[in-house]
Amino acid sequence: MATAAHTHVVHTSAPTHHHYTTLGLDSRKVAIWAFIGSECMLFVSLISTYLIYKGRSVIGPFPHESWTDPSTGQVFKPILNIPVTSASTFVLLMSSLFMVLALAAVQNKELPKRTTGERILGNSKLWLFMTALAGATFLGFQAYEFTSFVHEGLSIRRNLFGSTFFTLTGFHGAHVTAGVLWLCTMLAIDYRRNLTSKDSLLVDICALYWHFVDVVWIAIFTLVYLIK
Amino acid sequence: MDTHATVPDSAEASLHAPTSEIEHAHPTWSTYWKVALILTIITVGEVWAYYIPSFVASRGFVPTLLILSAVKFGIVVMFYMHLKYDHRLFRVLFTGPLLIAALTLLALMFLFGHLFIKIT
Repeated sequence: MATAAHTHVVHTSAPTHHHYTTLGLDSRKVAIWAFIGSECMLFVSLISTYLIYKGRSVIGPFPHESWTDPSTGQVFKPILNIPVTSASTFVLLMSSLFMVLALAAVQNKELPKRTTGERILGNSKLWLFMTALAGATFLGFQAYEFTSFVHEGLSIRRNLFGSTFFTLTGFHGAHVTAGVLWLCTMLAIDYRRNLTSKDSLLVDICALYWHFVDVVWIAIFTLVYLIK
Repeated sequence: MDTHATVPDSAEASLHAPTSEIEHAHPTWSTYWKVALILTIITVGEVWAYYIPSFVASRGFVPTLLILSAVKFGIVVMFYMHLKYDHRLFRVLFTGPLLIAALTLLALMFLFGHLFIKIT
Protein backbone atom coordinates (compact mmCIF):
# COMPACT_ATOMS: atom_id res chain seq x y z
CA MET A 1 0.00 0.00 0.00
CA ALA A 2 2.74 2.33 0.99
CA THR A 3 4.46 1.66 -2.28
CA ALA A 4 1.30 2.27 -4.24
CA ALA A 5 0.65 5.54 -2.44
CA HIS A 6 4.24 6.54 -2.94
CA THR A 7 4.07 5.80 -6.64
CA HIS A 8 0.89 7.83 -6.92
CA VAL A 9 2.62 10.79 -5.30
CA VAL A 10 5.50 10.48 -7.71
CA HIS A 11 3.18 10.68 -10.70
CA THR A 12 1.27 13.70 -9.42
CA SER A 13 4.42 15.53 -8.48
CA ALA A 14 6.09 15.14 -11.85
CA PRO A 15 4.50 18.12 -13.63
CA THR A 16 5.56 20.57 -10.88
CA HIS A 17 9.24 20.07 -11.85
CA HIS A 18 10.73 20.71 -8.42
CA HIS A 19 14.49 20.12 -8.29
CA TYR A 20 15.51 20.30 -4.65
CA THR A 21 18.99 19.53 -3.44
CA THR A 22 19.62 17.75 -0.13
CA LEU A 23 19.88 21.20 1.48
CA GLY A 24 16.31 21.97 0.44
CA LEU A 25 17.52 24.51 -2.10
CA ASP A 26 16.26 24.50 -5.66
CA SER A 27 19.04 23.19 -7.87
CA ARG A 28 18.28 25.83 -10.52
CA LYS A 29 19.03 28.58 -8.03
CA VAL A 30 22.22 26.84 -6.93
CA ALA A 31 23.15 26.59 -10.61
CA ILE A 32 22.60 30.29 -11.33
CA TRP A 33 24.72 31.29 -8.33
CA ALA A 34 27.49 28.93 -9.46
CA PHE A 35 27.20 30.43 -12.94
CA ILE A 36 27.39 33.96 -11.51
CA GLY A 37 30.48 32.94 -9.53
CA SER A 38 32.16 31.75 -12.73
CA GLU A 39 31.08 34.93 -14.51
CA CYS A 40 32.79 36.94 -11.75
CA MET A 41 36.05 35.26 -12.71
CA LEU A 42 35.49 35.98 -16.41
CA PHE A 43 34.86 39.67 -15.86
CA VAL A 44 37.69 40.09 -13.35
CA SER A 45 40.04 38.56 -15.94
CA LEU A 46 38.83 41.11 -18.52
CA ILE A 47 39.10 43.98 -16.01
CA SER A 48 42.60 42.78 -15.04
CA THR A 49 43.66 42.83 -18.68
CA TYR A 50 42.31 46.37 -19.05
CA LEU A 51 44.11 47.57 -15.92
CA ILE A 52 47.39 45.87 -16.83
CA TYR A 53 47.48 47.64 -20.20
CA LYS A 54 46.12 50.93 -18.86
CA GLY A 55 48.39 53.82 -19.81
CA ARG A 56 50.60 51.62 -22.03
CA SER A 57 49.14 52.58 -25.40
CA VAL A 58 51.82 53.99 -27.68
CA ILE A 59 49.41 55.93 -29.89
CA GLY A 60 46.12 57.71 -29.14
CA PRO A 61 43.30 58.40 -28.78
CA PHE A 62 43.54 58.07 -25.00
CA PRO A 63 40.68 57.81 -22.50
CA HIS A 64 41.31 60.93 -20.42
CA GLU A 65 44.04 62.91 -22.20
CA SER A 66 44.26 64.56 -25.59
CA TRP A 67 46.88 63.36 -28.06
CA THR A 68 48.43 64.89 -31.17
CA ASP A 69 49.44 62.54 -33.96
CA PRO A 70 53.08 63.50 -34.71
CA SER A 71 52.87 62.38 -38.34
CA THR A 72 49.68 64.24 -39.32
CA GLY A 73 49.35 66.86 -36.58
CA GLN A 74 45.78 65.73 -35.95
CA VAL A 75 44.59 66.36 -32.41
CA PHE A 76 42.55 63.63 -30.71
CA LYS A 77 40.38 64.75 -27.78
CA PRO A 78 39.98 62.59 -24.65
CA ILE A 79 37.74 59.81 -25.91
CA LEU A 80 35.52 59.03 -22.91
CA ASN A 81 32.23 60.89 -22.63
CA ILE A 82 31.49 60.85 -18.91
CA PRO A 83 28.06 62.62 -19.01
CA VAL A 84 26.69 60.09 -21.53
CA THR A 85 28.09 57.11 -19.63
CA SER A 86 26.77 58.51 -16.34
CA ALA A 87 23.31 58.66 -17.88
CA SER A 88 23.57 55.06 -19.11
CA THR A 89 24.81 53.98 -15.67
CA PHE A 90 21.79 55.62 -14.06
CA VAL A 91 19.49 53.82 -16.53
CA LEU A 92 21.07 50.45 -15.67
CA LEU A 93 20.79 51.14 -11.92
CA MET A 94 17.11 51.98 -12.38
CA SER A 95 16.65 48.77 -14.37
CA SER A 96 17.75 46.86 -11.27
CA LEU A 97 15.05 48.65 -9.26
CA PHE A 98 12.46 47.74 -11.91
CA MET A 99 13.67 44.13 -11.79
CA VAL A 100 13.19 43.77 -8.02
CA LEU A 101 9.76 45.38 -8.38
CA ALA A 102 8.91 42.82 -11.08
CA LEU A 103 10.03 39.99 -8.81
CA ALA A 104 8.08 41.39 -5.85
CA ALA A 105 5.01 41.76 -8.09
CA VAL A 106 5.20 38.09 -9.14
CA GLN A 107 5.85 36.91 -5.57
CA ASN A 108 2.83 38.88 -4.29
CA LYS A 109 0.57 38.17 -7.27
CA GLU A 110 -2.16 36.55 -5.19
CA LEU A 111 -2.34 39.34 -2.58
CA PRO A 112 -5.34 41.67 -2.94
CA LYS A 113 -4.57 45.06 -4.52
CA ARG A 114 -6.80 47.73 -3.01
CA THR A 115 -5.22 51.02 -4.05
CA THR A 116 -3.98 52.28 -7.41
CA GLY A 117 -0.43 52.32 -6.03
CA GLU A 118 -0.69 48.66 -5.03
CA ARG A 119 -2.07 47.77 -8.46
CA ILE A 120 0.85 49.55 -10.16
CA LEU A 121 3.44 47.96 -7.86
CA GLY A 122 1.77 44.58 -8.36
CA ASN A 123 1.83 44.77 -12.15
CA SER A 124 4.60 42.34 -13.13
CA LYS A 125 4.12 43.00 -16.85
CA LEU A 126 4.80 46.72 -16.35
CA TRP A 127 8.02 46.17 -14.37
CA LEU A 128 9.32 43.42 -16.65
CA PHE A 129 8.69 45.71 -19.62
CA MET A 130 10.38 48.66 -17.86
CA THR A 131 13.42 46.51 -17.04
CA ALA A 132 13.74 45.31 -20.63
CA LEU A 133 13.25 48.87 -21.89
CA ALA A 134 15.96 50.19 -19.55
CA GLY A 135 18.29 47.40 -20.68
CA ALA A 136 17.61 48.23 -24.33
CA THR A 137 18.21 51.93 -23.59
CA PHE A 138 21.56 51.06 -22.02
CA LEU A 139 22.44 49.11 -25.17
CA GLY A 140 21.43 52.14 -27.24
CA PHE A 141 23.82 54.31 -25.21
CA GLN A 142 26.57 51.73 -25.73
CA ALA A 143 25.93 51.57 -29.48
CA TYR A 144 26.13 55.38 -29.61
CA GLU A 145 29.35 55.35 -27.60
CA PHE A 146 31.01 52.68 -29.74
CA THR A 147 29.98 54.43 -32.97
CA SER A 148 31.27 57.81 -31.81
CA PHE A 149 34.55 56.24 -30.66
CA VAL A 150 35.10 54.66 -34.06
CA HIS A 151 34.31 57.98 -35.76
CA GLU A 152 36.83 59.70 -33.48
CA GLY A 153 39.54 57.22 -34.49
CA LEU A 154 39.42 54.57 -31.76
CA SER A 155 38.90 51.04 -33.03
CA ILE A 156 39.57 47.67 -31.40
CA ARG A 157 42.81 47.46 -33.44
CA ARG A 158 44.00 51.03 -32.89
CA ASN A 159 45.89 50.64 -29.59
CA LEU A 160 45.98 48.67 -26.32
CA PHE A 161 43.31 50.90 -24.81
CA GLY A 162 40.96 50.25 -27.76
CA SER A 163 41.55 46.48 -27.65
CA THR A 164 40.98 46.09 -23.93
CA PHE A 165 38.18 48.65 -23.71
CA PHE A 166 36.08 47.22 -26.55
CA THR A 167 36.67 43.64 -25.35
CA LEU A 168 35.59 44.44 -21.78
CA THR A 169 32.61 46.64 -22.53
CA GLY A 170 31.66 44.50 -25.54
CA PHE A 171 31.47 41.38 -23.36
CA HIS A 172 29.35 43.30 -20.88
CA GLY A 173 27.09 44.55 -23.67
CA ALA A 174 26.67 40.98 -24.92
CA HIS A 175 25.58 39.96 -21.41
CA VAL A 176 23.10 42.85 -21.29
CA THR A 177 21.74 41.75 -24.68
CA ALA A 178 21.25 38.21 -23.37
CA GLY A 179 19.53 39.66 -20.30
CA VAL A 180 17.16 41.78 -22.39
CA LEU A 181 16.22 38.70 -24.47
CA TRP A 182 15.63 36.73 -21.26
CA LEU A 183 13.43 39.54 -19.90
CA CYS A 184 11.45 39.66 -23.15
CA THR A 185 10.92 35.91 -22.81
CA MET A 186 9.63 36.34 -19.24
CA LEU A 187 7.36 39.14 -20.42
CA ALA A 188 6.00 36.94 -23.22
CA ILE A 189 5.31 34.14 -20.70
CA ASP A 190 3.55 36.66 -18.43
CA TYR A 191 1.32 37.82 -21.30
CA ARG A 192 0.62 34.26 -22.40
CA ARG A 193 -0.34 32.67 -19.11
CA ASN A 194 0.09 35.27 -16.31
CA LEU A 195 3.02 34.59 -14.03
CA THR A 196 1.93 33.61 -10.52
CA SER A 197 3.78 33.32 -7.23
CA LYS A 198 4.53 29.70 -8.17
CA ASP A 199 6.67 31.07 -11.02
CA SER A 200 8.62 33.41 -8.77
CA LEU A 201 11.74 31.25 -8.97
CA LEU A 202 11.85 31.68 -12.77
CA VAL A 203 11.77 35.45 -12.34
CA ASP A 204 14.19 35.27 -9.40
CA ILE A 205 16.81 33.47 -11.51
CA CYS A 206 16.38 36.00 -14.32
CA ALA A 207 16.64 38.82 -11.75
CA LEU A 208 19.86 37.42 -10.28
CA TYR A 209 21.46 37.40 -13.72
CA TRP A 210 20.24 40.93 -14.40
CA HIS A 211 21.56 42.29 -11.09
CA PHE A 212 24.88 40.60 -11.76
CA VAL A 213 25.13 42.45 -15.08
CA ASP A 214 24.42 45.63 -13.11
CA VAL A 215 27.13 45.04 -10.47
CA VAL A 216 29.66 44.29 -13.19
CA TRP A 217 28.85 47.67 -14.72
CA ILE A 218 29.26 49.36 -11.33
CA ALA A 219 32.85 48.06 -11.29
CA ILE A 220 33.49 48.94 -14.95
CA PHE A 221 32.11 52.46 -14.58
CA THR A 222 34.49 53.25 -11.74
CA LEU A 223 37.60 51.43 -12.96
CA VAL A 224 37.37 52.32 -16.66
CA TYR A 225 35.52 55.63 -16.82
CA LEU A 226 36.10 57.53 -13.58
CA ILE A 227 39.59 56.59 -12.42
CA LYS A 228 42.09 58.48 -14.53
CA MET B 1 15.49 5.02 -6.27
CA ASP B 2 16.04 8.71 -6.61
CA THR B 3 14.43 10.18 -3.52
CA HIS B 4 14.71 13.71 -4.93
CA ALA B 5 12.25 12.89 -7.68
CA THR B 6 9.46 12.34 -5.19
CA VAL B 7 7.31 14.68 -3.18
CA PRO B 8 8.54 14.32 0.40
CA ASP B 9 6.38 13.32 3.33
CA SER B 10 5.56 15.78 6.07
CA ALA B 11 8.81 15.15 7.93
CA GLU B 12 10.82 15.85 4.82
CA ALA B 13 8.61 18.65 3.65
CA SER B 14 10.42 21.38 5.49
CA LEU B 15 13.77 20.10 4.26
CA HIS B 16 12.60 20.04 0.67
CA ALA B 17 10.43 23.11 0.80
CA PRO B 18 11.09 25.86 -1.73
CA THR B 19 13.96 28.12 -0.85
CA SER B 20 11.74 31.13 -0.28
CA GLU B 21 9.83 29.29 2.45
CA ILE B 22 12.95 28.41 4.39
CA GLU B 23 14.70 31.73 4.20
CA HIS B 24 13.91 35.08 5.72
CA ALA B 25 11.40 37.35 4.06
CA HIS B 26 12.73 39.53 1.27
CA PRO B 27 12.83 43.34 1.64
CA THR B 28 9.71 45.38 1.07
CA TRP B 29 8.98 47.75 -1.82
CA SER B 30 9.94 50.76 0.30
CA THR B 31 13.35 49.18 0.99
CA TYR B 32 13.90 48.76 -2.75
CA TRP B 33 13.11 52.43 -3.38
CA LYS B 34 15.45 53.53 -0.58
CA VAL B 35 18.24 51.34 -1.98
CA ALA B 36 17.72 52.86 -5.45
CA LEU B 37 17.91 56.35 -3.94
CA ILE B 38 21.16 55.53 -2.12
CA LEU B 39 22.67 54.04 -5.30
CA THR B 40 21.71 57.15 -7.26
CA ILE B 41 23.17 59.49 -4.63
CA ILE B 42 26.45 57.55 -4.55
CA THR B 43 26.66 57.59 -8.38
CA VAL B 44 26.02 61.34 -8.46
CA GLY B 45 28.73 61.75 -5.81
CA GLU B 46 31.20 59.72 -7.87
CA VAL B 47 30.59 61.74 -11.03
CA TRP B 48 30.71 64.99 -9.06
CA ALA B 49 34.09 63.99 -7.61
CA TYR B 50 35.35 63.33 -11.15
CA TYR B 51 34.80 67.00 -12.04
CA ILE B 52 36.72 68.44 -9.06
CA PRO B 53 40.32 68.81 -10.36
CA SER B 54 41.88 69.36 -6.95
CA PHE B 55 40.25 66.18 -5.61
CA VAL B 56 41.18 64.19 -8.73
CA ALA B 57 44.81 65.26 -8.23
CA SER B 58 44.76 64.28 -4.56
CA ARG B 59 45.79 60.87 -3.19
CA GLY B 60 42.30 60.27 -1.85
CA PHE B 61 40.55 60.25 -5.23
CA VAL B 62 41.14 56.64 -6.29
CA PRO B 63 40.54 55.06 -2.84
CA THR B 64 37.33 57.12 -2.45
CA LEU B 65 35.98 55.96 -5.81
CA LEU B 66 36.94 52.35 -5.09
CA ILE B 67 35.22 52.45 -1.70
CA LEU B 68 32.06 54.06 -3.15
CA SER B 69 32.01 51.49 -5.95
CA ALA B 70 32.45 48.65 -3.44
CA VAL B 71 29.58 50.05 -1.35
CA LYS B 72 27.31 50.15 -4.41
CA PHE B 73 28.39 46.63 -5.36
CA GLY B 74 27.65 45.37 -1.85
CA ILE B 75 24.27 47.09 -1.62
CA VAL B 76 23.06 45.61 -4.92
CA VAL B 77 24.32 42.13 -4.02
CA MET B 78 22.87 42.18 -0.50
CA PHE B 79 19.48 43.82 -1.13
CA TYR B 80 18.64 43.37 -4.82
CA MET B 81 20.21 39.93 -5.20
CA HIS B 82 18.90 39.05 -1.70
CA LEU B 83 22.22 37.54 -0.66
CA LYS B 84 21.74 39.01 2.80
CA TYR B 85 18.52 37.04 3.19
CA ASP B 86 19.32 33.88 1.22
CA HIS B 87 20.96 30.62 2.17
CA ARG B 88 24.66 30.82 3.07
CA LEU B 89 25.56 28.35 0.32
CA PHE B 90 24.73 31.09 -2.20
CA ARG B 91 27.04 33.46 -0.33
CA VAL B 92 29.83 30.88 -0.59
CA LEU B 93 29.13 30.28 -4.30
CA PHE B 94 29.37 34.02 -4.99
CA THR B 95 32.03 35.30 -2.60
CA GLY B 96 34.37 32.31 -3.08
CA PRO B 97 35.01 32.88 -6.80
CA LEU B 98 34.90 36.66 -6.27
CA LEU B 99 37.62 36.41 -3.62
CA ILE B 100 39.79 34.20 -5.84
CA ALA B 101 39.27 36.61 -8.74
CA ALA B 102 40.07 39.66 -6.59
CA LEU B 103 43.27 38.06 -5.27
CA THR B 104 44.28 37.15 -8.83
CA LEU B 105 43.66 40.75 -9.88
CA LEU B 106 45.82 42.05 -7.03
CA ALA B 107 48.58 39.53 -7.85
CA LEU B 108 48.54 40.61 -11.51
CA MET B 109 48.69 44.28 -10.50
CA PHE B 110 51.79 43.55 -8.40
CA LEU B 111 53.28 41.38 -11.14
CA PHE B 112 52.92 44.07 -13.81
CA GLY B 113 54.12 46.87 -11.56
CA HIS B 114 50.85 48.76 -11.10
CA LEU B 115 51.01 48.18 -7.35
CA PHE B 116 54.16 47.92 -5.30
CA ILE B 117 55.30 47.84 -1.71
CA LYS B 118 57.95 50.42 -0.90
CA ILE B 119 60.77 48.87 1.16
CA THR B 120 63.00 51.51 2.76
